[in-house]
Amino acid sequence: MSPAAKNGRFGQFGGQYVAETLMPAVEELREAWEALDGDEDFHDKLAELLDEYVGRPSRLTFASRLSEKLGAKIYLKREDLNHTGAHKINNCLGQALLAQRMGKRRIIAETGAGQHGVATATVAALLEMPCRIYMGAEDVRRQALNVFRMKLLGAEVMPVQAGSKTLKDAMNEALRDWVTNVEDTYYLIGSVAGPHPYPEMVRDFQAVIGKETRRQILEKEGRLPDALVACVGGGSNAAGMFAPFESDASVRFFGVEASGDGIDTERHAATLTRGRVGVLHGSKSYLLCSDEGQIAEAHSISAGLDYPGVGPEHSFWKESGRATYLHRTDEEALDALELLARTEGIICALETAHAVAALPEVVQAVGKDSTIVLSLSGRGDKDMMTVAAARGVQL
Amino acid sequence: MSGASLRRRFEEIAEEGRAALVVYLTQGDPTPSASVDLLVAIADAGADVIELGVPFSDPSADGVVIQAAMQRALEAGGGLSSALGTVRAFRDRGYQTPIVLFGYSNPIFVRGVERFATEAADAGVDALLTVDVPIDELAELHEPLAKVGIGVVPLVAPTSTPERIARVSDFDPAFVYYVSMTGVTGSAFRGACGGAERVQAIQAATKAPVAVGFGIKTGSDAEQIAAYADGVVVGSAVVRRIASAGDPQSACSSVAELVSELRAAMKR
Repeated sequence: MSPAAKNGRFGQFGGQYVAETLMPAVEELREAWEALDGDEDFHDKLAELLDEYVGRPSRLTFASRLSEKLGAKIYLKREDLNHTGAHKINNCLGQALLAQRMGKRRIIAETGAGQHGVATATVAALLEMPCRIYMGAEDVRRQALNVFRMKLLGAEVMPVQAGSKTLKDAMNEALRDWVTNVEDTYYLIGSVAGPHPYPEMVRDFQAVIGKETRRQILEKEGRLPDALVACVGGGSNAAGMFAPFESDASVRFFGVEASGDGIDTERHAATLTRGRVGVLHGSKSYLLCSDEGQIAEAHSISAGLDYPGVGPEHSFWKESGRATYLHRTDEEALDALELLARTEGIICALETAHAVAALPEVVQAVGKDSTIVLSLSGRGDKDMMTVAAARGVQL
Repeated sequence: MSGASLRRRFEEIAEEGRAALVVYLTQGDPTPSASVDLLVAIADAGADVIELGVPFSDPSADGVVIQAAMQRALEAGGGLSSALGTVRAFRDRGYQTPIVLFGYSNPIFVRGVERFATEAADAGVDALLTVDVPIDELAELHEPLAKVGIGVVPLVAPTSTPERIARVSDFDPAFVYYVSMTGVTGSAFRGACGGAERVQAIQAATKAPVAVGFGIKTGSDAEQIAAYADGVVVGSAVVRRIASAGDPQSACSSVAELVSELRAAMKR
């Protein structure tokens, strides 16, 4: 664990913008999380589960054909090989173990595409905790398979009819549940968003990605990479990959947002590129909203990037210039998904495909023959219906 | 009008030997122009303080009744700019009833806190209550607002620790809003958590008048709370009347009827 910034701020970003009713719960969580520092029993238990249950460390695969094509050494950090198929489980295990330690009786979570919901339901089943997942009614309709998976795992899935019926509304409803059942309920947030300590805590649970990468690339190359590339919705896989390299000035960070139909259209999710500073779901960060401060609906073909906010640390990295944020459209992501499938035999998630699509620009920025690690945050099985539909194929 | 005069209003009402009736409605529901008429009707029916809810797209602390009101309001053009216009129009009709703008912080941060403070003071707003800005973050609003004389209304919840309650006095609040149960707005009334004893402890620790809200719907609910609190807040019950009225005019008469009932029930 990294030392907690006591005020929970990343520059002007972050903070604790929640209802007074929740503040004592947020403080209780902060204290419990800070107490994990140096708690060997907790870390041993988490390490054992990450090894035996998730299958960590995940591999760092050299992408030989893609490297040849792009003129740089590309490595893929294989979070797609984790149990449940993405990086989400790293955070869920950490938080669920913490919830157990805090004596919380039930777990609630929000989900967009259903990946965080499935990972939460999985961990709840493993640790024998009742679990309720809030999901926008529109997402329930679009992601029927993941809804079935969550139910199969014993979770209760609550469709949310409010607002735009998507991820942000699911998060609002989870907050309403938490404020009503604050005594015995643990809210397991799936990204580096929410009030302090969530952004730091989720980043630290995901930092296993960057820590392993560091060790693995030193073994393979004898040096640190020139660049790290990851997709950014809320930004948890990117934060987990970047954070352990934060003080290595030679390692450049590239986050890739979803620009949907195009950055100059109304339909995108490029929060850092096109947003403004405001408050949503507990922290101050960039977000997509109107001049009147009403939150906009985001759009991306990738449900995991389809969120009008972003983690506060990414806003800080953008302002400080530590990270560069690029964006790719739905169409570019689809092309990149096909490219990776055909060159490396890996079908990645649509979220990840945005990062793949930005690789040529990253190579251009850091130079030919450089070494680049891409966070392959998830596998694409969940997206096959979407990809087929986008390509006009009837299954 | 100002935070200080709102505080004085609470003191005057206490001297009359009764509790203040604080009425909430969502601005722009059903339309921004109807909101002005509703404010007039509510003031005429005897409300002491009005909380004007600023519609927000993501009202995560509100129950279904106010969520739906905010949705209707946003579709009708409600919002922060429109709410400032509503307050100005109400003042232009000669009404001095104190107004608390009540809502979420994003519209204010996006507008810029200093610009908001100037415009709100100019429109005739007395105080601001932001449900998603706890005392830990309240200084960034309190300081610019204090410069223009607008007060803040901090929230205290059943879960608030004595240490947190004591910190409320740092903001010299116009009054303190005691959220009487854990949950969202419009939940079923179960009596105020901790009752008179809790309210007295908050009064003592914050040295401010305490209004109690959440779940209060009827005259008898209000009477029960008015026995020991400085103010009684009624929100979802008012919003529900507006929603079920067929047109703005019958909304005004239906809400006025409820406000008169509540006011009568609260006479000591």
